[in-house]
Amino acid sequence: MIQTLFYIAALIALAATVAALTRANAAHALIYLIVSLLAVAVLFFLLGAPFAAALEVVIYAGAIMVLFVFVIMMLNLGQAGIEREREWLQPHTWIVPGIMAALLLLALLLAVRHAPGLTSGEGVPPKAVGIALFGPYVLAVEIASMLLLAALVGAYHLGRRFIVRPQPTGDEESA
Amino acid sequence: MHLTQRQDSGMTALWLIPALPLFSALVLVAGGGAMPRRLAALFGAGSVGLSALLVVLVARTFLAEGQVLQQTLWTWLQVGDFSADIAFYVDGLTLVMMAVITGVGFLIHLYSVEFMWEDASFCRYFAYMNFFVAAMLLLVMADNLLLLYLGWEGVGACSYLLIGFWYRDPDNGRAARKAFIVTRIGDAAMLLGLFLLFTELGTLEIQPLMALANSEWRTGDTVAVLATALLLGGALGKSAQLPLHTWLPDAMAGPTPVSALIHAATMVTAGVYLIARTHDLFLLAPQTLQAVAWLGLATLLLAAFTALVQRDIKRILAYSTISQIGYMFLALGAGAFASGIFHLMTHAFFKALLFLGAGAVIHCLHHEHDIFRMGGLRRRLPVAFVSFLIGAAALAALPLTSGFYSKDAILLTAWTVPQIGPWLWAGGLLGAGLTALYSFRLVFVVFFGETVTEPDRRPGWYMSGPLLVLCVLSVLGGWFALPLADVMPDRGHELAPHWVEYAGIAVPLLGVGLAYLMFLGGQLSPGRLAASTAGRLWAAFWQNGAGFDALYDTLWVRPFRQLAHWWRNEPIDHAVNALVRLSRWSHGVLTALQNGELRWYATTMAFGLLLLLAVILRNTP
Amino acid sequence: MDGLLVPLEHVLVLAASLFSVGLMGLMLRRNLIFMLMSLEVMLNAAALAFVAAGARWAEADGQIIFLLILTIAAAEVAVGLGLVLQIQRRFRTLDMDRADRLRG
Repeated sequence: MIQTLFYIAALIALAATVAALTRANAAHALIYLIVSLLAVAVLFFLLGAPFAAALEVVIYAGAIMVLFVFVIMMLNLGQAGIEREREWLQPHTWIVPGIMAALLLLALLLAVRHAPGLTSGEGVPPKAVGIALFGPYVLAVEIASMLLLAALVGAYHLGRRFIVRPQPTGDEESA
Repeated sequence: MHLTQRQDSGMTALWLIPALPLFSALVLVAGGGAMPRRLAALFGAGSVGLSALLVVLVARTFLAEGQVLQQTLWTWLQVGDFSADIAFYVDGLTLVMMAVITGVGFLIHLYSVEFMWEDASFCRYFAYMNFFVAAMLLLVMADNLLLLYLGWEGVGACSYLLIGFWYRDPDNGRAARKAFIVTRIGDAAMLLGLFLLFTELGTLEIQPLMALANSEWRTGDTVAVLATALLLGGALGKSAQLPLHTWLPDAMAGPTPVSALIHAATMVTAGVYLIARTHDLFLLAPQTLQAVAWLGLATLLLAAFTALVQRDIKRILAYSTISQIGYMFLALGAGAFASGIFHLMTHAFFKALLFLGAGAVIHCLHHEHDIFRMGGLRRRLPVAFVSFLIGAAALAALPLTSGFYSKDAILLTAWTVPQIGPWLWAGGLLGAGLTALYSFRLVFVVFFGETVTEPDRRPGWYMSGPLLVLCVLSVLGGWFALPLADVMPDRGHELAPHWVEYAGIAVPLLGVGLAYLMFLGGQLSPGRLAASTAGRLWAAFWQNGAGFDALYDTLWVRPFRQLAHWWRNEPIDHAVNALVRLSRWSHGVLTALQNGELRWYATTMAFGLLLLLAVILRNTP
Repeated sequence: MDGLLVPLEHVLVLAASLFSVGLMGLMLRRNLIFMLMSLEVMLNAAALAFVAAGARWAEADGQIIFLLILTIAAAEVAVGLGLVLQIQRRFRTLDMDRADRLRG
């Protein structure tokens, strides 16, 4: 029963992902991507990682995708954008990416075909994750915080000039 | 051998003689253009004058004590069992040379003050001149052959600098290069000779070297012949003798006082000095000595013939110099070393006089060099005329002038050489006649006849004074008794019959008479002679210095240039350039990869990932 | 909770498939927004592989790495979307084939 659920979720994730990356409309693609992420969250839950599943929903499907939505709305590409996307998705453009992806998939499958054993079935509770996180991995946490800070500053710097139109005198160089 | 020597015999100031001009040269170089002309002239001429005074003092000591003066300053270099000192050795020969260098040198410096006064590079001129005097003194005072070689190269460098003094004209630069390169050929031979002497005898100090050579070698040994032949090579280059004489006529590109000092009175006689200095070696190699005589004879005839047809006043004097040095070589080759040095001294007087006189004429005639555009200058430039007359008389060896005594001694000695003597004598006599002819041609053409170009000024006292002093010396120089008897042997010339002596007096007079008939009296027209086909060819042949320049051009210069031209395309570089082209090409290829398209980068990264995975999978069973 | 017992291989095959699809999207799309989405997919696939390995050996490390990947994804998206805005402003397009000023 529970295995069945796993395979169904896996199929949904795969199908939703393929759909997301082949849409012409960015908003539609985003919805598909969220579906895919939710399916992966289900997989995490089934694999006994409830903490990861929760984060997947909250941060990935929630925060990050919302960012995408904001940007798509700000750009407001409209029907013209969709037309152009259609134009770019001609059959011949598929050839090289398709072949490369297929080859890579083949190689990866060859690499993982002898993966040992079954999943254990024992979950790893959030408490264990937390203890490990602030125990041996505390340095990684610090680095991650710095990365986020840097991204914050970078994103502010990059996004600011788009939102606040610069004056003709252009004093943003000294800012 | 005369070997009574004493360290530091009284004259500790010996070192000052070359040091003064050297110091002055350094001051002038350091002062550069900032020095006022008067100060530069004071340093330039004054230092040489002081040296000349010191030479007089040294000469008094020497003549009073009759002993060789020596002074060792410091050890210059020491390598293994070889060592060379900065040391001076002054005997009669050195003293004669020093007197000529500083005495005539001082007069020429004085003369230069006026001659060069308007030149922008006044300071530079005197710096070079002083440096030259210092190097020349070092050459003649050196106690060992290495130090002598240092001076030898020093005067060569100064000669180069002064020939190319007016360096803005590329022709002058070419002449300077030619002089430097041609003498360099001789210098290389001389250096090899020094190496040979050192490896054979283990020392380069001149007096021990002579003594060793006398005890180690027998007369006519191959090694002696070889060593002297190599030294002779150096002497031929420096003294502009056949076959290395071609540089001297071109060297006239320098200022005229330079020609007087370097290319007439002193430097070009360095070869004569070298042979006289090492005469013991040459006496051990009679074959080389004979070669010296024949080369001297050939040079003196060739140069005399060439001088006869030249038009440039300085080139005539240059060929005349070559010819007179040929007499000196003839004397050396005949074993009359003292006569050779005697002629060196008198030649220094009268040739300096002639050059300075020519300089005065050129100076006053807007730098005119062509003798056929002068004429009638007798009354307008009386000092130059008197100088020229006396100089030409001495050059032509007219009786009672200094040149008469020295040249006569050479000719008489040449007669007494066994077997080849009469031939040498006859050749020398023919040369004497030619000398008289061309020197009086010069006098008659330049100073008599119609005035062609008006002089625009007259020589001042700085120029006239030295001329007058040299006039006196040219006349009286023949009565100096040179203290050479202790230094080297001289072949006695009492054996020559009287008619030989009379011929030596008569032939120059005949030459003068012929010159009068041809160029002044008009009884014989040189123009008609030159108009005939044979005459034209003959004139053209000698006009070009018997074609030596053309010959060397074909033999050496042009093949060398052709070779250089081939290498100019740098065949070896092509191989290296191939590497360059390869990396340029791969640069182009790699640039094409860097096309700025994000998707292309993603694809290539995927490809790389694929390759990596393939390798890993291949290596894991 | 009741244990899920599937071969690790299957989870990894799913992760590999998702990764390949993401890579294909990256190579296929010219729109920068879609390229960023593809990157998200690829990151997510990698995270899935880690979580699966953590589940196989019942260790917390898999989820820790997932957390770090999540951090990277968040940072990347923040900067990436900022760039999207800038590129749209400067080039008036999101066509990455035309933003090739860095060509050699």
